[in-house]
Amino acid sequence: MTVSTLAAVDNQTRPGVTERICEYQDLGRVAYGRAWDLQREIVRRRKAGDIPDRLLFVEHPHVVSMGRNAKEQNVLVPREVFEKKGIDYWETDRGGDVTYHGPGQIVGYPILDLRDWKRDVLAFVRALEQVMVDTMAEFGISAGRVPGATGIWAGPAKLGAIGVHISRWVTSHGFALNVSTDLSYFGYIVPCGLTRPVTSMERLLGSPPPQEDVKRALARNFGAVFERTMREL
Amino acid sequence: MSDVVMPQMGESIVEGTITKWMKQIGDKVERDEPLFEISTDKVDSEVPAPVAGVLQEIFVQEGETVEINTLVARIGDGSDGNKEEAPAEPSRQEPAASPAVTQAVAAVVNGKPDGDRRIRSSPLVRRLAKEHDIDLSQVTGTGQGGRISKKDIEAYLKARESAAEVPASAPVSEEALGTFRPAPAARFGSYSVEPLSTMRRTIAEHMSLSMRLAPHVATVHQIDCSVIVKARDEAKHKFLEQNGTKLTFMPFFLRASAAALKEHSAINVSLDGDQVVIYKDINIGMAVALTAGLIVPVIPAVDEKSILGLQKTVNDLANRARNRQLKPDEVTQGTFSITNYGSYGSLFATPAINQPQSAILGLGAIHKAPVAVGDAIGIRSICYATLSFDHRVIDGAVADQFMTHLKAVIENWTEPIL
Repeated sequence: MTVSTLAAVDNQTRPGVTERICEYQDLGRVAYGRAWDLQREIVRRRKAGDIPDRLLFVEHPHVVSMGRNAKEQNVLVPREVFEKKGIDYWETDRGGDVTYHGPGQIVGYPILDLRDWKRDVLAFVRALEQVMVDTMAEFGISAGRVPGATGIWAGPAKLGAIGVHISRWVTSHGFALNVSTDLSYFGYIVPCGLTRPVTSMERLLGSPPPQEDVKRALARNFGAVFERTMREL
Repeated sequence: MSDVVMPQMGESIVEGTITKWMKQIGDKVERDEPLFEISTDKVDSEVPAPVAGVLQEIFVQEGETVEINTLVARIGDGSDGNKEEAPAEPSRQEPAASPAVTQAVAAVVNGKPDGDRRIRSSPLVRRLAKEHDIDLSQVTGTGQGGRISKKDIEAYLKARESAAEVPASAPVSEEALGTFRPAPAARFGSYSVEPLSTMRRTIAEHMSLSMRLAPHVATVHQIDCSVIVKARDEAKHKFLEQNGTKLTFMPFFLRASAAALKEHSAINVSLDGDQVVIYKDINIGMAVALTAGLIVPVIPAVDEKSILGLQKTVNDLANRARNRQLKPDEVTQGTFSITNYGSYGSLFATPAINQPQSAILGLGAIHKAPVAVGDAIGIRSICYATLSFDHRVIDGAVADQFMTHLKAVIENWTEPIL
C-alpha cells in the first residue's frame, strides 16, 4: 500500500528558469461568466506549460458570486431581486463566502503556478493582501490586515476582498479592490459573511483615483511581491 | 489500493476542510483528475487523484475538518481480484493500513460528529453531550484545532446552569428594597401620598440593584449621522407607503449594535458569580417610556433581521408595551440594551445598565451642529452616543472598540433600506 501525497504527485522536475515572467492584461468590462471561462482556459494553458504566469484585470457588471463556503443566509434578499435589479448571480469554485463585484471595482485574477512560488496557499493569500496594501500606500491610504479576516481593511471597513481557487497548484479567481464601487450593492449581502462595513478608495480619498493608475500600481506591486517581471500584453 | 490523504497546502497549514467530493464511491477516477476540494481560509483547492482506479472508500465527509496527512479516501484498481484482497467487509473501523495511518483513521472515525459539522470531539465528550442534551456546536473547544474536551463540556454545563439561574429581572428582596428606600421623608406643608405601584417598585428595585452591583463607567462617542439621515429621508415616504409604518433611526442603531456586538462579543455578556456568560445570541432590549414607568421589551436575534423586520418588531413591541400587552418572555433574555433619550431632546446622558446585562447604549438627539470636516467647518447631523458598561467585566478599551465599530457602521451606512 502506498501513501501518496499531493506534494509527491506534483513534485515533477521543472526546467530551471532564471527570470520569472508574469504577463498582465487589462480586459476591461467583462461579464462574470465569460471571465470565468477565460480563466479556465488560461489555467489549462498554464498547467500545460504553454504560457507563463498571468494576471488579468477585469471590471464586472453587477454580480453576486458565491464562494465554496458561502452560506445562503448571507444573501439578504430573494434571488428574484437580483434579476429585477440586473444583478448577475454565480455559484463559483473559489474559496470564501458571498461577495459583490461591479463597476468601479478592479478585479484581479492571477493565474500563477505556485510550484514556482512557495507552494503555499496561505502565503499566496497574504501576498495578494500585500500587493493591495502596498498599492494603497501609494495613494496615501493606510490599509492593513485584520487577523482572521482575509482581505485588506481601512480602519474597520473592508477595502479589498480575496477568494482563490487552486487546481494542481495553479491559481485562479483572486482579489477585488473597491475603487469607486457603488457600495450600496453590498447591502444585498453580508460580504464574506462578515457584518462589517465596506469602503472604497473614493470614499476614503474624497474622489476616485483614475482606475488606470491603480491597475498600473497593482501590476507593479504584484511583480515586486511575487518577484516576477511584469509584461503587459 | 492507494490511500489518499489530506494534503498540506502550505507550511503553516495544519488541517483542511473537505468542501466537496467530486467523485462518489464506486466512481472511476483518472490520475490527476480532481477528486475532492478542500478549503483553507479563503482558498479552495482541488485535490487530484494520485492514481487511476475506482474510488472505494471515503473516510472524511464534506464539511469535516481533519489534520494534514489524515487518510481521507482509498482508491482501488477496480478489478475483482483487488476486491478480494480488501477486507471481506470493508469497515471504517478496521482500516487495513500502516500504524500511522490507522491512528489517523481512528481520529477521523471518532471525530465524526453526530450530525453537526466541523466539530472535533472524543467519544467521551459526545456521550457527555448526549447525556446532558448539549448541542456541541454551542460549546467552545479549547483543545488543539478547536477540539472539545471534557473540561470544555464541564465549563459549558456550569455556565449553562448559572445562566439559567440568572433571573431576567432580579427578584424583589427585602435587602434590595432597603437599598432604594430613602430615609423617612420629612412630611410638611401640604402634600399627597401615593402607594408605590408594582411597576414603580420593580423599577426602583431593579435600578438600585444595578447601580449597587455594577461599577458603571460611561464612554461617549460623537457619531456623524449625516449618511443615515440622508438614507432615511430618501426612503421614509416610500417606506411608509409600502409598509404602512414609519421608518425611525432605531433599526439603524440596532443593526449597527448587532454588527459591533458580533465582533466584540466581550460586550454581549453577563457576570454571574465567578463566571462570565458570553451570549452568542444578539437580543437587544429597547427602553420604552410608559406614562407611569418604563419597560424594556427585547428584540430577539437582531443580527438576523432586515431593516424592515427590525422596524416592524420595534413598532409592534413599543405599541404592545404601551398597551400593557407584552408577554412575559418578551422582556427577558436580552443580552444588551438601547435607550433613546434623544427622542425627548437629551443630548447626552449616562444610562443605568439593565441587569443582568453588562452594557447599555444611550442615544442622544440627532441634531445639526457645526463640526470640523477636514480643515473646514461643515454642518452635520451629530449624535452623542453613550455606552454605559459594567467595569467588572468590560474594560474601557473594549468598550471603545465596540463604539468605534458601531460608529463606523453608522457613518459608512451602505445597506439599502427598501
